[in-house]
Amino acid sequence: MNESSSYILSLTIWLPILGGAAIVALGDSRARPLAALVSVLTLLVSLPLYFGFDKTTAAMQFTEQLKWLPDFGINYLLGVDGISMPLVILTTLINVIVVISAWEVIKDRPAMYLGAFQIMTGIMVGVFSALDAILFYIFFEATLIPMFLIIGIWGGPNRVYATIKFFLYTFLGSVFMLIALIYLYKAGGTFNILAMHTVELGQKEQLWIFIAFLVAFAVKIPMWPVHTWLPDAHVEAPTAGSAVLAAIMLKMGGYGFLRFSLPIVPDASAAMDGLMITLSLIAVVYIGFVALVQNDMKKLIAYSSISHMGFVTLGIFIAFILIEKGDAAGVALGIEGAIMQMISHGFISAAMFLCVGVMYDRVHSREISAYGGVINTMPVFGAFMVFFAMANAGLPGTSGFVGEFMVILASFKTNFWIAFLASLTLILGAAYTLWMVKRVIFGEVANENVAALKDIGRREFWMLAMLAVFVLLLGVIPDVLTSVMHVSVENLVQHISINKY
Amino acid sequence: MKTLYTLIPLAPLFAAIAAGFFGKKLGRTNSHRVTIAGVAIAFVLSLVAFKHVVMDGAPVFNETLYTWMVSGGIRFEIGFLVDNLTVLMMLVVTFVSLMVHIYTIGYMDEDPGYERFFSYISLFTFAMLMLVMSNNFLQLFFGWEAVGLVSYLLIGFWFKKETAIFANMKAFLVNRVGDFGFLLGIAGIVYYTNSLSYVDAFAAGDAIAGQSMNILGKMEWSAITVICICLFIGAMGKSAQVPLHVWLPDSMEGPTPISALIHAATMVTAGIFMVARMSPLFELSETALSFILIIGSITALFMGLIGIVQNDIKRVVAYSTLSQLGYMTVALGVSAYSAAIFHLMTHAFFKALLFLAAGSVIIALHHEQDMRKMGGLRKYMPITYWTSLIGSLALIGFPGLSGFFSKDIIIESVHKSTIAGSTFAYWSVLAGVFITAFYSFRMFFMVFHGETRMDKHTAEHCHEPPGVVTMPLILLAIPSVLIGALTVSAVVFGDYFDGVITVAAAHDVIGALGETYHGVWGFVKHAFATPPVYLAAAGVITAWVFYLLAPSIPAMLHKRLGFLHRLLENKYGFDDFNQFLFGAGSIGLGRTLWKVGDQTLIDGAMVNGSAKGVGLFAHVARYVQSGYLYHYAFAMILGLLAMLTWFLFN
Repeated sequence: MNESSSYILSLTIWLPILGGAAIVALGDSRARPLAALVSVLTLLVSLPLYFGFDKTTAAMQFTEQLKWLPDFGINYLLGVDGISMPLVILTTLINVIVVISAWEVIKDRPAMYLGAFQIMTGIMVGVFSALDAILFYIFFEATLIPMFLIIGIWGGPNRVYATIKFFLYTFLGSVFMLIALIYLYKAGGTFNILAMHTVELGQKEQLWIFIAFLVAFAVKIPMWPVHTWLPDAHVEAPTAGSAVLAAIMLKMGGYGFLRFSLPIVPDASAAMDGLMITLSLIAVVYIGFVALVQNDMKKLIAYSSISHMGFVTLGIFIAFILIEKGDAAGVALGIEGAIMQMISHGFISAAMFLCVGVMYDRVHSREISAYGGVINTMPVFGAFMVFFAMANAGLPGTSGFVGEFMVILASFKTNFWIAFLASLTLILGAAYTLWMVKRVIFGEVANENVAALKDIGRREFWMLAMLAVFVLLLGVIPDVLTSVMHVSVENLVQHISINKY
Repeated sequence: MKTLYTLIPLAPLFAAIAAGFFGKKLGRTNSHRVTIAGVAIAFVLSLVAFKHVVMDGAPVFNETLYTWMVSGGIRFEIGFLVDNLTVLMMLVVTFVSLMVHIYTIGYMDEDPGYERFFSYISLFTFAMLMLVMSNNFLQLFFGWEAVGLVSYLLIGFWFKKETAIFANMKAFLVNRVGDFGFLLGIAGIVYYTNSLSYVDAFAAGDAIAGQSMNILGKMEWSAITVICICLFIGAMGKSAQVPLHVWLPDSMEGPTPISALIHAATMVTAGIFMVARMSPLFELSETALSFILIIGSITALFMGLIGIVQNDIKRVVAYSTLSQLGYMTVALGVSAYSAAIFHLMTHAFFKALLFLAAGSVIIALHHEQDMRKMGGLRKYMPITYWTSLIGSLALIGFPGLSGFFSKDIIIESVHKSTIAGSTFAYWSVLAGVFITAFYSFRMFFMVFHGETRMDKHTAEHCHEPPGVVTMPLILLAIPSVLIGALTVSAVVFGDYFDGVITVAAAHDVIGALGETYHGVWGFVKHAFATPPVYLAAAGVITAWVFYLLAPSIPAMLHKRLGFLHRLLENKYGFDDFNQFLFGAGSIGLGRTLWKVGDQTLIDGAMVNGSAKGVGLFAHVARYVQSGYLYHYAFAMILGLLAMLTWFLFN
């Protein structure tokens, strides 16, 4: 890894953070145009990461290195590979959409609100591009602060319970991760994440470290049974908060598994894969049923998110069964499917939450029973909602299908019944999504609130249309995404195929 | 040819986009013009393709259009396979679609969703073409789900109608159950071949047949049987075979043109097409074939029976469609794939005709669908009358008409077959002939003959619909009469499907039939020596006696056989059972998992429980820190004592 050869990542991190601070400082009057400027600039700055990406190397790209606390071996070390780069782009894209979504909606302290989102964007990019464990940890924890504020200040009536639950749950998880990181430093003498990948560790050590990582990432993603903070947080969060939470923050868990658990403690990961696969399948099936009976649209989508994240962990952890079978290609299929699912879910869940937000802004209710026949008064919005619902149900041609398809194909290679249970999502996902659509969108106009609805304006149209374009693009040409991750995933597969002790 | 083949599905897609996104700007007339033009282009180009592939004998076209993605060493591609089977399907799909497009101008004339409707049916044509033209399982699944999506949108086209939006959700979910099996089947293929292309799968067929899978405990399953049954479960969903048939009758909530196009002629036959396409795989598993045969015969017989007690004109035709799909499935089960495709083709014409004719009656009577309020329409609508007669005769297998050939061959094939279940299947399809004739002519007589039972106002306004409605009827009546006699020699007994459909020598019933086949005329003559013709005649006569001559008989039977009637009216209880077990059951399960699992156990005991635990501990710990010096001193002495004791005794 060379010394700083690029400033793109630093720019993508610090531009929104400093920009966010400036938005807060300059006050409400100039907040909106400034936030738009910051978010669009951040997106533009981040685009070379995709278009200038070298698909032929597994090495970290756009790397930057500065000495920070040299006595402790802590450095300011950044870089992306084919696994993290798509997540960075997802973050900067969603950020623009978030600014659009909040444009007229937030009346209360808009500068702080928009500023918080900009700062959070920078921090999240930091999470995905940090190559130093302490730097990663700091970014990882720092995301909690703006999200805590966003839910705590602009949230719903039960926001205090939700924020404390959210904070304690995730904070508790990451404390264990910190201990593991410090232990790894003791063992290997470095905080460099890539160097940690080659630290030799015994089976027992690996197991403890795996559990520490698991607590942190399982809460974040979230896996059953540590998922109950998510529905509460979503219900209380303002629309944009929910969108970012679902679209990006959950992905930190999946990313953590790929960047830390698998390469640092591969043997423990292999030993624990039975548990992980079981928990993933419980997430897919159990949570699918729970989603079916939700009365609150946001809760329904939150549960649907958990169920979809089950595919991420499933795709990742079937790897070890396939390695044992000597099917390295199958491992890559599962892991690429998991990454695909993360990116796709980023767009679809954001879109679903924004759709609920569009209705909430007008009627001030998230209850399914408060609606009915929305398409009569909002035909354009109804079309978008049906489209995103179909994507959520994994319809081929949308991005929602791709990851699930890949993971199901890969899991069939391990065991018929794993594929069988995972495939149940085809039925469950369609059931909970379309039943909601039936009750909310279709039918006669249910009440005067619905009768008084006005269809989406230009701002909301473009916000949803942008997301629709990405959902379709990834559904029709997923190659734009899979091609950038091949080499990195293959490298990861090779790495975890070798025993560490 | 690649460009031409690409244009065939793309023309309707562009038309659908134009009418869908810019319908209001284009206006009604331009919307239907652009979509009709799109489908017409597809039809004409399909004719060109037909000439190229069939007449000129061009080699099979099998090429990739673009690479969707590559992952895990598997190429996921979009590509076309154009052979004799494909062009036949393309012609059927584009022709019926074109007829339905034209018909819609008249049928949906007053509907506010006019442009949207045209957009949907063009989108459907695109999806269906992608399905039949695919050269790999990925695109097959794409088309499969895409036609399901459009079907969902069209059944719920009148989105204010509660029954319609229930029916479309039901249709989608039941289809998803089928797709669930289908996807597992595809995953099985990928597991054994690491490829999604048909060619690779067919080449690996024998290798897969040698494998076995452990599914339940120690029981070994033949891999090819598991894969084929999984694939067939997909076909059961799409082609509405028992017990996944429940969505099709309800799909009649959609406008009639789509019932003709999607729920009779094309989409529901996708499953039949798929199995025929996969014949090299299915031929390797007799268990799967027997399974198909049994499911098909149950559908053919028992769904036909329900048709007898329906009073809604569209539902009669819907149950008839179910029963005929059963016939096609039976043909697949006895390895008479060419007969199945042949019946698929003839059925597409006469069933689309019957649906469109029913629609013509429905608009003439201002959206009245109850046959008890019809009668004597013969004099008001002669074109509809005569075309309906042709359609009904073709359906019941009147000698010489298209349905006669296709159905007779299926019955004869089953008769010849020795596969497990073929005896049951034979009696089912034979009984089905009588039932088909009976319900078809029951409907025909109730609608067109006898006394006029509609109210006076409706009768006064009743007249033949405009030319855009009647012209498709006439154009569909022509192939309903002729297509069987014209093509049977080539398609079934000739070499049309050579190299496309594979039949193992042991299953080759069509080959055996072919030995005694001496041309169309001989086939017709031979038919008079077999029971089906007489059974059909008996069915028509019974219907005539029951519904024209002595209408008191059905009323009496109704009373005497009340139990049987109720059983049929309740559709054997499938709907109630599903509603109870899967509908209420899933909701109950979901609620239990949520309330007990998430709220009580996880949140109540673990999350809030640990929070409460900390609180409790703090509460107790508070008492210890009392601030009194003597409390602390006392605790210290106690601790010292305890430690000393421990040291002493160790």
